[in-house]
Amino acid sequence: MEEARTTGPSTPFVTPQVARFNEPITLKCGAVLGQYELVYETYGTLNSERSNAVLVCHALNAAHHVAGVYAGDPDNVGWWDNMIGPGKPVDTDRFFVIGVNNLGGCHGSTGPKSINIATGRPWGAQFPVVTVEDWVNSQARLADRLGIRQFAAVMGGSLGAMQSLQWTISYPERLRHALVIACAPNLSAQNIAFNEIARQAIITDPDFHDGNYYEHGVTPRRGLRVARMVGHVTYLSDDEMADKFGRQLKHGRLSYSFDVEFQIESYLRYQADKFAEYFDANTYLRITKVLDYFDPAFECGGNLTLALAPAKASYLVISFTTDWRFSPERSREIVTALLDNRRDVTYAEIDAPHGHDAFLLDDERYHRLVAAYFERIAQETAHE
Amino acid sequence: MNNATGIQRSDFAAIAEWVKPGKRVLDLGCGDGTLLNYLKQQRSIIGYGIEIDDARILACVRNGVNVIQGDLERGLSDFADNSFDYVILSQTLQAMKNSERIIKEMLRVGLEGIVTFPNFGYWKNRVQFARGHMPVSDNLPYQWFDTPNVHLCTIADFERFCRERGIRIVERKVLTNGATVSVWPNFLGSLAVYHFGS
Repeated sequence: MEEARTTGPSTPFVTPQVARFNEPITLKCGAVLGQYELVYETYGTLNSERSNAVLVCHALNAAHHVAGVYAGDPDNVGWWDNMIGPGKPVDTDRFFVIGVNNLGGCHGSTGPKSINIATGRPWGAQFPVVTVEDWVNSQARLADRLGIRQFAAVMGGSLGAMQSLQWTISYPERLRHALVIACAPNLSAQNIAFNEIARQAIITDPDFHDGNYYEHGVTPRRGLRVARMVGHVTYLSDDEMADKFGRQLKHGRLSYSFDVEFQIESYLRYQADKFAEYFDANTYLRITKVLDYFDPAFECGGNLTLALAPAKASYLVISFTTDWRFSPERSREIVTALLDNRRDVTYAEIDAPHGHDAFLLDDERYHRLVAAYFERIAQETAHE
Repeated sequence: MNNATGIQRSDFAAIAEWVKPGKRVLDLGCGDGTLLNYLKQQRSIIGYGIEIDDARILACVRNGVNVIQGDLERGLSDFADNSFDYVILSQTLQAMKNSERIIKEMLRVGLEGIVTFPNFGYWKNRVQFARGHMPVSDNLPYQWFDTPNVHLCTIADFERFCRERGIRIVERKVLTNGATVSVWPNFLGSLAVYHFGS
């Protein structure tokens, strides 16, 4: 068993680490993983009271590389580097930040493309369907490993925010603050529909081979491309697309063919190609299911207030006005349920033009708010 | 929506006198959270504010106050019936487009309401008006062309409003320069503070 490292430099250079777990974990679907690995990165230094740890949960296509760069690879910048780092809103000179690739992922943690030691072959289709609860449970084990009994905060945007919300329900004593950004208490029928289109694109790709494409030496690239295109469109706002692309032509004139005519088509194809290069289709399928299944109120007869009753954390909930995938109304449902439970909660609706993706972008009002909230957490942490 | 300048903080003390310790308070248009922090210190309340302005939301976070960003003109639909002990509207009533609806909403969400507003019937206002000008004062620091105040009223107006709608006035405090006014309040008082219930 590898000794987990609990300190790291607050310089931008980071190194991924691996935590191996030999205690079986029972997943919500009933399957049991006998052993598994989680890849993670840390930034900053855990203080002697172990009270300044912040867990950052990733959304659909990101992973453990949250901030900074790897030595010798200056272009691979962490996906939330504008938010997390020395002197940034989540200041790694004060907080010990952890990024982790979730179970079922394709960036090093145990997932469909990992070798199943029982068969000696990649898990492929046999890898179980995971849920937000499973992810949170596995993250809690990583926290145990790192000696963190209670996080100062757990934070995330989108699917990452669902994890931070679930943390407050599953482990109410183990975090003081939850940052729930661009979130929804569950997916709407429209959200599920987009996910199903993405899945069908992958599953019906002849190269999918029922999920066991690794042994055929192919990947369902075409399906994955379409899946990414559909997803990507839902992360942007109509206005943002109009601003960025409008009806601009790729070659300055129409060619009356099925080649790329408009800039938006070129952009989508480029994004899709890039994505299909590095992302695993089986992971994509599972992550869309993670989203679909997330519904903490489900087991409480649809009552979110009841579902959040165990929570003890204080919350910062943030939504973005042009986010039509997880609209501000959905965040307000969370806020109402928190108010019903008399939790400490601050809710801000950022007027940003960028749609769902706004949570990843550098918006001054948004970042100042997060910075102010972490300042508050730092003061509390210092007073304990 | 508290006025950044010219605010008369004397209403805070009156409000704190009425609010019982440990109760749940919702402050509509909470500004930078000063009143909620004051009530937290004085009365150990559990407080939340509603505020529309980004900069004031940020100030609330810096001041450690729970704040929900929202537009009071859209009502309080995120808040359940009787979910607060007190709903406060401090120096904001006169700037609301729909003053009647917000008072009704206060009594739906809260068991009791507390409202403060500049008394338009204050003698200094009457003098300025008699001289042919719209009043400008500490409590009404705006010129006619830049004022956010669209529904100014007098003490007599507000009490008639409550009477006609069956709103029970629990307590009233009228202030001028921080001192309590007991005679001719509608003439001598510049700021009115009301505690009411349904």
